[in-house]
Amino acid sequence: MGQSELEILLEAPTTVAALKSMIKLPNGETLNAASRTQTIMTAVDQEMVDDSAMVSVTSEVAFFPPVTGG
Amino acid sequence: MYRSILIQADDFSLDRALTELKAQSGLAGGLCFFTGAVRNSNLDDAVGGLYLEHYPGMTERQLDQIVDEAARRWQLHGAIVVHRIGHLKPGDNIVLVAVSASHRGEAFEACEMIMDYLKTNATFWKKESIPDGHRWVEARSSDQAKATAWDA
Repeated sequence: MGQSELEILLEAPTTVAALKSMIKLPNGETLNAASRTQTIMTAVDQEMVDDSAMVSVTSEVAFFPPVTGG
Repeated sequence: MYRSILIQADDFSLDRALTELKAQSGLAGGLCFFTGAVRNSNLDDAVGGLYLEHYPGMTERQLDQIVDEAARRWQLHGAIVVHRIGHLKPGDNIVLVAVSASHRGEAFEACEMIMDYLKTNATFWKKESIPDGHRWVEARSSDQAKATAWDA
């Protein structure tokens, strides 16, 4: 995303997919659109989840590329 | 079952891990060690070094869950996982997985499963220095296939 941290105020719990459509990359594309052409992984409160997972108003959400440790 | 999971900038010692595993799991007749080291080339480019990042808190918990999964599948006496972060040079150690079990079969398999899961599930990222600058390393589909094979 080219950004390390971002605070988003949610009025109600939502899904990861909905959250991804609220976040724009520097090129103007939403994270949701970008994830059609590249793999973007998501963790909610430090657990790996898919797009249907719920995000609460206090959740810590992380988006990152596929992992390459080891 | 004994377990130790560490994420650290410092190098690790195989000797010390062996002593630790033996001291903590006396019944083990099979001890299997895997160490990953930094390669000096990737995708036809010379690699001058690596920078390794992780997700503090989450990564430690993921490694713990991976060891849980291995312990569910095999009768293990002990497991040590050490993963380094920060700047590393070619030849430096990156990762250690050490497993002890009663016999070698379980130790070999558990060690391999832990590594395969770690490669695809644990939140670590590598950035490599190449002659043109830096680039984030991309995940390999062959690693994903190896990890998925354990679920078959």
